[in-house]
Amino acid sequence: MQLTNRKVVVSNKEQSFAERLYLPAIAKGMIITASHLFKKPPTIMYPEKKRPIAPVYRGQHVLKRDENGAERCTSCGMCAVACPAEAITMTSGERKKGEEHLYREEKYAATYEIDMLRCIFCGLCEEACPKEAIFLTDRLVDAQFERKDFIYGKDKLVEKIDARIDVTKRQTQAVLDFKKLPGLKHNELFDAKKLNKGHKH
Amino acid sequence: MIAFIIYKAILCVGIFVLLLGSAAYATLWERKFAAFLQDRKGPSRAGWGGLLQPLADGVKMFMKEEIIPNVSNRALFILGPSLFMVTAVITSAVVPWAKPVNIGGHVYDMQITDINIGVIYLLGVASIGVYGIMIGGWSSNNKFALLGAVRASSQMISYEIPMGIALIALVISSGGSLSLKTIVEGQDAGFANILWQPLGFLIFFICALAETNRAPFDLPECETELVGGYHTEYSSMKLGLYLFAEYINMFISSAVIATLYFGGYNFPFAHELYAKLGLAEGSAMVSLIGFGVLLAKIFGFICLFMWIRWTLPRFRYDQLMNLGWKTLLPLSLFNLLLTVVVEYFRGNIHF
Ligand code: SF4
Ligand code: SF4
Repeated sequence: MQLTNRKVVVSNKEQSFAERLYLPAIAKGMIITASHLFKKPPTIMYPEKKRPIAPVYRGQHVLKRDENGAERCTSCGMCAVACPAEAITMTSGERKKGEEHLYREEKYAATYEIDMLRCIFCGLCEEACPKEAIFLTDRLVDAQFERKDFIYGKDKLVEKIDARIDVTKRQTQAVLDFKKLPGLKHNELFDAKKLNKGHKH
Repeated sequence: MIAFIIYKAILCVGIFVLLLGSAAYATLWERKFAAFLQDRKGPSRAGWGGLLQPLADGVKMFMKEEIIPNVSNRALFILGPSLFMVTAVITSAVVPWAKPVNIGGHVYDMQITDINIGVIYLLGVASIGVYGIMIGGWSSNNKFALLGAVRASSQMISYEIPMGIALIALVISSGGSLSLKTIVEGQDAGFANILWQPLGFLIFFICALAETNRAPFDLPECETELVGGYHTEYSSMKLGLYLFAEYINMFISSAVIATLYFGGYNFPFAHELYAKLGLAEGSAMVSLIGFGVLLAKIFGFICLFMWIRWTLPRFRYDQLMNLGWKTLLPLSLFNLLLTVVVEYFRGNIHF
């Protein structure tokens, strides 16, 4: 049975004298390489010139603040659970009186670290977060000389108040709707009203 | 006498600087040229468009840790690269770099020394060159290095024979002199020896590739089989010397090929050009133009060397030996016979 028409009959015929001279073949090869002298290299000189990347490129993370500049993360740990690379670690802190402008929720992440060497930039943390606190951005993680410098703490992850990072491209209606889907566990667990009700009774 | 010594000293230093400088930039050009052939850009960051790259490489080599293996033969280990470098450089002594300059009635040869057995000197030094590799490879006390050294020596011995025979044919057809100066002056009218020795040139060129350990004959440093070949154990600037000497060798081989087969500093219609420009024969300007022409030829050959390297894959060792003994050797003998017959009918040989 013939599956493809790529069958080739192999022959072991003796090379002719011209072939055994090799010189014509060498000349042919050299002409091929020489023809590449005149081709424009496709190189992009990186730091000066950058390739366009998709607006939804999954690069370095950012921890968002809300409209008032308070950190949105409530240290629920959903991102860490979702993370397939176990790159996220955090410790929680309780918001004190007078810190409302710093942290949006009563509980907040006292430390929050992502190991950029473990992270595979899958974006599952972003998907898991019920508070829309963590987003991947189109920024690239810088090169470092030491491993420990790849563990990004809050100082690098939380966006600066005066230099907000635009993630609206990722907050499409579809994303927002998805987060509100009733079937999703985090919506049930972290629905603020339900939680508050639960506490009261 | 003092004037003579000063003139020779200037010449020696000048040629030494020329060799080192051109070898340094040959390393850059090799990488650039390879990049062009492979649709890349090559080193472009150090200095203007990468022009300071050789300097950066040199600094890097000097800063690297120097390791001399405990089990090596220390004296020989150090001698190896030095010897290789020395033999690479001293070949340049017999190459006539430019036309003699006539200053105040004195004729100054632009050649360090014109020995009357220049061609044999070239062969002799080339065969000493293999000692650098052999000693380096053997004293490393490493089996890969030793294998590389053994390969290098048997390869050099095999290819010296056809090379020598091709040279005999050349000497016969260029008038019977072994002095490079005479050979160059014999090609004065622009009739380069290549016209009488096309086959000889081909043989000589292939052998030159093999003698300089350039691809496709770079079996002594074949990374795929021998880690690093004869310089496996070398590090820092000793390794640098080995790599560097290869480029000096390439430069000198190109110079020798240009001198022997392509008229050296001569070029067609040279005298007409000088007459037109109103330059007196023997003036410094004429010498300079000739030197420029020689450099251009050398550059052409270096490009050819590199072009071949980036086109052809490496030979297998048995193929290398077959080519040397079963093809080039008979071919060079045939070329010798042909030359003698042709020269007899040209009336240059009498029995
Ligand atoms: S899932 Fe969101 S809110 Fe919860 S810890 Fe992670 S970033 Fe903070
Ligand atoms: S992008 Fe993926 S791997 Fe990286 S921290 Fe988020 S969940 Fe973990």
